[in-house]
Amino acid sequence: MPQTYFTADHEWLRVEGGIATVGITDYAQEQLGDLVFVELPEAGKKLSKGDTAVVVESVKAASDVYAPVDGEITEANGTLAADPSLVNSAATGDGWLWKMKLADESQLAGLMDEAAYKAHIG
Amino acid sequence: MTGDDTKHLPLEDIHVAAGARFGAFAGWSMPLTYPAGVMKEHLHTRDHAGLFDISHMKLFRVSGPQAVELLNRACPLDAGALEISRSKLTFFLNEKAGILDDLIVTRLGDSSFMVVANAGNAVADEKHLRALAGDFDVEVEPLERVFLAVQGPDAWAALDRAGIETGSLLFMHGIEPRKDWFMSRSGYTGEDGFEIGLPEADARTLVAKLLQDERVLWIGLAARDSLRLEAGLCLHGQDITPETNPADAALMWAISKDIRATGSFVGADALRAALGRGPGQKRVGLKPEGRQPVRAGAALFDADGNHVGNVTSGGFGPSAGHPVAMGYVATPLSKPGTRIFADVRGTKIPVDISSLPFTPHRYRKG
Repeated sequence: MPQTYFTADHEWLRVEGGIATVGITDYAQEQLGDLVFVELPEAGKKLSKGDTAVVVESVKAASDVYAPVDGEITEANGTLAADPSLVNSAATGDGWLWKMKLADESQLAGLMDEAAYKAHIG
Repeated sequence: MTGDDTKHLPLEDIHVAAGARFGAFAGWSMPLTYPAGVMKEHLHTRDHAGLFDISHMKLFRVSGPQAVELLNRACPLDAGALEISRSKLTFFLNEKAGILDDLIVTRLGDSSFMVVANAGNAVADEKHLRALAGDFDVEVEPLERVFLAVQGPDAWAALDRAGIETGSLLFMHGIEPRKDWFMSRSGYTGEDGFEIGLPEADARTLVAKLLQDERVLWIGLAARDSLRLEAGLCLHGQDITPETNPADAALMWAISKDIRATGSFVGADALRAALGRGPGQKRVGLKPEGRQPVRAGAALFDADGNHVGNVTSGGFGPSAGHPVAMGYVATPLSKPGTRIFADVRGTKIPVDISSLPFTPHRYRKG
């Protein structure tokens, strides 16, 4: 059964078998507005928590999306190259950004569950 | 800018009720987007009619026996040759011919003009104008008005339905259709459209009427920026600044040959010297290859890696369907079609010099 975590930076992680699928929350996509480009990472790239993993670009501005935990990119969501608006229309589904192999699953303990995240955004 | 100093639009309650998301711009709390979002707002303006609250901009009435003389001193303009109801883009320049602000001046009568100034420069503009006015028999009067723009192919019809007749007014003309109203056929989108300054109570009535029309939608500052960028129009503070002169900015079309030669406006000597030298750099359109936007501040390089310029505005053009940008490059590289490169987070993105505008202007000139 996959488990979903949230960060204070408005990302979600769905973790199954040591692999996390990462995206931004619906709240975050609403704040950003219509996305027109997503700069995706290469598979194999190693990231430390807090590193910029992806840059999402709206009509108006570019915003960094940070690695929420340590790990190695296993896959980026290539469909976003053709249709970045998926992040707006399906932020927590088809609009996922990347998958990463977790380096240290104990880091998940520092993240929020859905109830805590909902309280965080008020 | 602290929160306490932030200025609020007179119609802020209407924007809140419309679901606007606000952000700070030039000291004002401004609606950035409405629930439709920047993409839909942009395209709606090009297809139908967008309603913009631009009350952050400032209207000044300049009147008196020497109004013409003051404007001829303050701007590279032949104010006396301007026909009544004619509007013109002009500038306040500093002694180095740097652009302090870009303005629209409209002649309302023999000795009466309307000056529309940018929000961020309004206080400095008034000070500048008053300092110059000391030498002349003239009055400079800042007006308390709500200022609305209605832009797009359906703008005239929407205003007509709201009881505002626009028929005989052509592009870059302005009139006072009612007491304390000012209406010009102009804008900042490249579309046919109108800007209307009017008292708050009248504005509330007009807005309510306009919004009953399904062709009219509130448009925020985000789409105002993407619309003007596609139209190749400059944003003061970004594309033109006190460090750039009208020659570098490719805006000499706004200054007549006679005025260039003989005008006695502030900055005239420096502008003549700059024209004599020829511009070392030029403002150009930039079309990035692919989908990745190139933003303001990005450095531009030639194929050999030499730094040749900078991006001053950049984003995505919803009507163009690709990223669009504007910036300055060394004059030899300013020809449309020239391939250069923009540095975006360490990656060199190919960029082609492009003619402006990116989307054709659709002004109603006659």
